[in-house]
Amino acid sequence: MTDSTSERPGVIDARPVRHPGRWVALAVILVLIGMMVSSFLTNPRWNFAKALEIMQQTPVIEGLWKGTIIGTVGAMAIGIVGGVIIAVLRLSHNPILRGVSFVYTWFFRGIPRLVLLAMIGSGVGFLYNRIDFGVPFGQQLASFMGLSSDFTFFTLNVNQFSSTLLAGIIGLGLSEAAYMAEIARAGILSVDTGQAEAASALGMNRGQAMRRVVLPQAMRVIVPPTGNETIAMVKDTSLLSAIPVITELFYQTSAIGNRTLLIMPAFVAVTAWYLIVGSVLMVGQYFLERRFGRGFGTGAPNKRFARPAGAGGA
Amino acid sequence: MDQTPENATPSATSTASRTRTSGPEAPLVHAVNVMKSFHGTEVLKGIDLDVQRGEVVCLLGPSGSGKTTFLRCINQLEAIDGGRIWVDGDLVGYREKDGHLHHLTDKEVATQRRDIGMVFQRFNLFPHMTALQNVTEAPIQVKGVGRKQAQERAVQLLEQVGLGDKPSAYPAQLSGGQQQRVAIARALAMDPKLMLFDEPTSALDPELVGEVLRVMRDLAQQGMTMIVVTHEMGFARDVADHVVFMDAGVVVEEGKPQDVIGNPQHERTRSFLQRMRSEDREARDDEARADSQDV
Ligand SMILES: Nc1ncnc2c1ncn2[C@@H]1O[C@H](COP(=O)(O)OP(=O)(O)O)[C@@H](O)[C@H]1O
Ligand SMILES: [Mg+2]
Repeated sequence: MTDSTSERPGVIDARPVRHPGRWVALAVILVLIGMMVSSFLTNPRWNFAKALEIMQQTPVIEGLWKGTIIGTVGAMAIGIVGGVIIAVLRLSHNPILRGVSFVYTWFFRGIPRLVLLAMIGSGVGFLYNRIDFGVPFGQQLASFMGLSSDFTFFTLNVNQFSSTLLAGIIGLGLSEAAYMAEIARAGILSVDTGQAEAASALGMNRGQAMRRVVLPQAMRVIVPPTGNETIAMVKDTSLLSAIPVITELFYQTSAIGNRTLLIMPAFVAVTAWYLIVGSVLMVGQYFLERRFGRGFGTGAPNKRFARPAGAGGA
Repeated sequence: MDQTPENATPSATSTASRTRTSGPEAPLVHAVNVMKSFHGTEVLKGIDLDVQRGEVVCLLGPSGSGKTTFLRCINQLEAIDGGRIWVDGDLVGYREKDGHLHHLTDKEVATQRRDIGMVFQRFNLFPHMTALQNVTEAPIQVKGVGRKQAQERAVQLLEQVGLGDKPSAYPAQLSGGQQQRVAIARALAMDPKLMLFDEPTSALDPELVGEVLRVMRDLAQQGMTMIVVTHEMGFARDVADHVVFMDAGVVVEEGKPQDVIGNPQHERTRSFLQRMRSEDREARDDEARADSQDV
């Protein structure tokens, strides 16, 4: 009680801890970067000017758009929608649907994409050179009943279709769906069961509870690994050449490299494109994570958005 | 799990025979010989309960006695193994036809649940929606109410529970007491005939209990029919019309609050109430503590 206010501790002015290790690391890294840059400038075989030129050539740009970008978008669209459906089937009360979902995942996770695409490209057309869309067993039914129509509405020429970009996208998408199903299932299971219960207690049916309450919360868990899957898919579109679909980034750049003997500039060009596409995707992922992190903040009153964990992407 | 309830003639049961199952004077909730087992363990061993329209019934009993399970059976979060439950004259979960019981479809079950509001111990608000969206979600999705109309009603309900200033707050930005009040507003938005409360204040800090109980008192005053599982003896004594003491899956004692709480006839009720009085609030509300399990 006798202490005067002047003797009470005041504002803190402490010396920071020194980190000499950081400076050593910085010096080492600077030296390494210097060596690399010097090599870039002095070794003419790098030939960055040519690499930049290759990046802008028409077949490369076309391969980038069609095979790589449209391929990724299409395959991921099929993969995500298919994956969520398979995950929901996997968690359904119907044992037959659960079984179907399990077998699907088992099959498509088990075979390499390269093999799958090669098989779609040549094998399926060998088995069935056309596919009729109509009433199941329509032809048998028609001959049994003596009708002229065979209940076929639409016929697909498999030999022509199987070597298209669309066939490749479907192949990659079906494979991706198996992986996305596991990611979506983990996401759905991460949501507290009390959420679905609260929804059903309000009279929502299972579909509404899933769509409106469970999936939006599962997205928080689903989005980060889906970003990884998308970036992996960008790279896996190079497998489209197994179909064979050759309007694809890696095939086109390496063809130019081989033809002009500018091997390393071609690799630099393709690497640069893959890095650019990957960077754009990481920015997109950051915003998606922010979107689905809504309501999961620490409770700071004026902060509308939670900062998503590990969102260093941008 | 989904066996057809036994005891096909509920009217033969003594407690049930005094009531009819439908009509305006019939009880809103009429439960007869309700049985429920989990993996062969009997949790409810033949519960009978009538709740009249506008009545507040408090369910008391030690942890593990089956109170939560019984509430969940009323709105079909659990399927019962035996007995019958009627809510407003409708048999819960089944249709009686040609002397047989038939399971209701998922859609019919959802329709039955609409009219029963439930408030959970841990709130279970939708964390990705604001308070307002939490309240408007079910009317819009389930009843097809227009967005505008649903929002106007939601604002009213939030005001009713004292949160008129918080429509755009996310649950994580609200205190436990505020979250539970949003949860009550959310349930009320469906205009339920019956409200079920499962220890609505047990997960709250002691200083936040009062604000939730006040909302519940108001609701009771407005004539809402309520079944409340609670350890708040003061609330049970003041608000309940009828108190039921459960232990180990059976109703041990029931009656007016002043009788059951003030002058319990059974040893188990007495020792439970004794413990309620002697333990401090925090300890008794912590269900995780096993000491209340050994009765
Ligand atoms: N889903 C479940 N599976 C297995 N046992 C359960 C389940 N739900 C409740 N029980 C058991 O049933 C008993 C009664 O639980 P509960 O109804 O939660 O009691 P109370 O709400 O009175 O504390 C407890 O022994 C509990 O372990
Ligand atoms: Mg309980």
